[in-house]
Amino acid sequence: MSYEAHFRVWRGDAVGGDLQDFSVEVNEGEVVLDIIHRLQATQAGDLAVRWNCKAGKCGSCSAEINGRPRLLCMTRMSTFAEADMITVTPLRAFPVIRDLVTDVSFNYAKAREIPAFAPPKGVAAGDYRMEQIDVERSQEFRKCIECFLCQNVCHVVRDHEDNKDAFAGPRFLMRIAELDMHPLDEMDRKKQAQDEHGLGYCNITKCCTEVCPEHIKITDNALIPMKERVVDRKFDPLVWLGSKIRRRENV
Amino acid sequence: MDDRELQRHRYDVVVIGAGGAGLRAAIEARELGMRTAIISKSLFGKAHTVMAEGGIAASMGNVNARDNWQVHFRDTMRGGKFLNNPRMAELHAKEAPDRVWELETYGALFDRTKEGKISQRNFGGHEYPRLAHVGDRTGLELIRTLQQKIVSIQQEDMRDHGDYDAMIRVFAECAITDLLLDGQRVAGAFGYFREAGDMVLFEAPAVVLATGGIGKSFKVTSNSWEYTGDGHALAMRAGASLLNMEFVQFHPTGMVWPPSVKGILVTESVRGDGGVLRNSEGKRFMFDYIPDVFKKQYAESEDEGDRWYTDPDNNKRPPELLPRDEVARAINSEVKAERGSPHGGVFLDVSTRLPAEEIKRRLPSMWHQFKELADVDITKEPMEVGPTCHYVMGGVEVDPDTAAASVPGLFAAGEVAGGMHGSNRLGGNSLSDLLVFGRRAGMGAAQYVDSLGGMRPAVRDSDLDDVMGFALQPFETDVGENPYEIHQELQQAMQDLVGIIRRPDEIEDALARLEKFRERAARVKVEGHRQFNPGWHLALDLRNMIIVSECVAKSALVRQESRGGHTRDDFPAMDAEWRKVNLVCSHPTGSVDVAVVQQPVLTIRADLIALFDKAELAKYLTEAEMNALPEGDLTS
Repeated sequence: MSYEAHFRVWRGDAVGGDLQDFSVEVNEGEVVLDIIHRLQATQAGDLAVRWNCKAGKCGSCSAEINGRPRLLCMTRMSTFAEADMITVTPLRAFPVIRDLVTDVSFNYAKAREIPAFAPPKGVAAGDYRMEQIDVERSQEFRKCIECFLCQNVCHVVRDHEDNKDAFAGPRFLMRIAELDMHPLDEMDRKKQAQDEHGLGYCNITKCCTEVCPEHIKITDNALIPMKERVVDRKFDPLVWLGSKIRRRENV
Repeated sequence: MDDRELQRHRYDVVVIGAGGAGLRAAIEARELGMRTAIISKSLFGKAHTVMAEGGIAASMGNVNARDNWQVHFRDTMRGGKFLNNPRMAELHAKEAPDRVWELETYGALFDRTKEGKISQRNFGGHEYPRLAHVGDRTGLELIRTLQQKIVSIQQEDMRDHGDYDAMIRVFAECAITDLLLDGQRVAGAFGYFREAGDMVLFEAPAVVLATGGIGKSFKVTSNSWEYTGDGHALAMRAGASLLNMEFVQFHPTGMVWPPSVKGILVTESVRGDGGVLRNSEGKRFMFDYIPDVFKKQYAESEDEGDRWYTDPDNNKRPPELLPRDEVARAINSEVKAERGSPHGGVFLDVSTRLPAEEIKRRLPSMWHQFKELADVDITKEPMEVGPTCHYVMGGVEVDPDTAAASVPGLFAAGEVAGGMHGSNRLGGNSLSDLLVFGRRAGMGAAQYVDSLGGMRPAVRDSDLDDVMGFALQPFETDVGENPYEIHQELQQAMQDLVGIIRRPDEIEDALARLEKFRERAARVKVEGHRQFNPGWHLALDLRNMIIVSECVAKSALVRQESRGGHTRDDFPAMDAEWRKVNLVCSHPTGSVDVAVVQQPVLTIRADLIALFDKAELAKYLTEAEMNALPEGDLTS
């Protein structure tokens, strides 16, 4: 049942580091995070790794396994052959702090830049009424566990550090879409999505959707519909006229 | 000590813990004008609250209009076997609906009823459908909503003060190792940042503990690494007392296979939505385990139980929905009688009860979890489940209205606080507890700070040197103990000796081992340096796990009855005399040992006791207490 696996784990810090080889016991049903924990307990007590729930619900243990962005707790050892070399490295798009732990503060900074939910004026708490079918669209995006694998894999920033300023990344463009589709949100978010958060950088290669451990259809259900609305707003003369009239009413 | 290594921050209120209770407390304190710090052991938004699945209990009456706070109060007291602090249970039942509705104004999106209101689902021990939910990921919705509310407050502060962090700041991946006092009063909190290993002092007159539970002292647990009883231990070392620590909830349904996922939670919603428990003979065994106190409320036949899902007004609920302590003990008995499943659990089946699409819609996380971690398709086959350490009912003794502990300036809310749930917590009552008492703790802390005027307690340098010295001790030793080994042995000992069923000789054995663990933990040595070093973090957490385990074991030895989350093999029955007793743990200055004393339980107010009929009260109260009740029917 159990066997010795070959692991290669990146160890180091912001200054530098390298891959270190380990031979480590694997038992039936285990996931990669179990093996990392075994390394900590038996061979490398100070091996740094983030984790919390170990059930794919908190999104803490993001790393790259054989070059693919994954959750360590949801990657089963049975998906590898016993002879495979398993290489575990930190997320590539974020600065390394130590070993498998990276500085993900980029994401928290972006989160702050997205204007919060704008509650409907004059509707008291307890009086919110929404249809299930209308909340479901945004609920899909609220399944996000903020593992930031999509932020890590998106080529707009993965290989272009200089794009980070102008681009919120799939997770936070999806957040804008979520608020835009919220049945009671009162803010128009189309212009800011395009002008301030870099929706236009996304060229729908769907890498984000592929790595999403929650299987959220980020590109198809959030980003593409958001792009369509932005385009409608920009070029549709009727929408343009409507927006002018509405604005006058509000004066 | 090199001063350059120490960061200093000054706040009005420091909230330790960034789960539901901590975030709600911080929002309240900030809205009352306090400069507030939130200390999060993990990244912001990762707290254990995300693991909550089923929902938030609140008697909004959206699905069954008969529901109201009185019914919720009654269910909570029944679930806790009447050992709850009645004032806490009352405040909780009264305020939960407002706390849930308020979340919608922060942006939460709950599942809806046909009328567009918040949908509510059935759960164990709740008379009516009461749990507001989002599929089976309600905890994630709660934590994300509160996180986003804090971001929105920070956006306002950016507009008003030019700084997101002006009035409320999150210190992520920061752990507090000690509270600092000025005389008897709270003066600050000391800890370290995980990332760089820097030391940090928060000077603040008010500290809210919202650190969650203690599950990491047990081997099979649904709790994450953060649940090391930090707040319980901090409170004790600061001079506060812990209430009824013997009551530990083993959730009846954790995963049992494969071994690496053993303990991971399987939501009670599976049963709330129709799932049934069967043993290896295919029998729905829960019908054999309905205790006398609950006979009137639970179905006697499978037919009646099944009819209840569609006609709850004319049928009684199935016994799969008994409170968690009852179901956990029943599963334990079935397994012991060798009627368990192949991997030492029982079968939980929803596949024969609901269409596949409906299962995936209502229980998406469970479907995903079993598919990915156990190769089990829950729409086609039963799950194997068994008890897992889930929650501690015991906690810091607090004033119900303000969440204040006995130490001035110290407050506690959520799982770390005691009293609310008595001897057993109902599912769904945790998330509502976080919101109701998180808010109250934020208010209590703000009022306390206002009451001080400008006279703030001060931290003494000598105290600071002591706590810094302690935190760095594991690096000073050349040879010493491995923290991971001590932790594993501690978990095994607590699991085996102070678990679901307890025997006095085994508890004594556990206490003897705990003394050894304490000695060994003092000699612990860690490799490497201070930057993000999990071995060091565990070494510091061990001290907390050990003292909290000692509280659990000592209280378990004293309480000679079985009630809720405490089952004594030698005293298998509930004893009305013991219902009058709270066990209170404290850590006397200068002593290494925990002291346990007996205190009388608060009397239930006349208007609250009148919510129960005498026949039911007689199951819980002593004869003398019954005789002291007014003549005639209380409920009329």
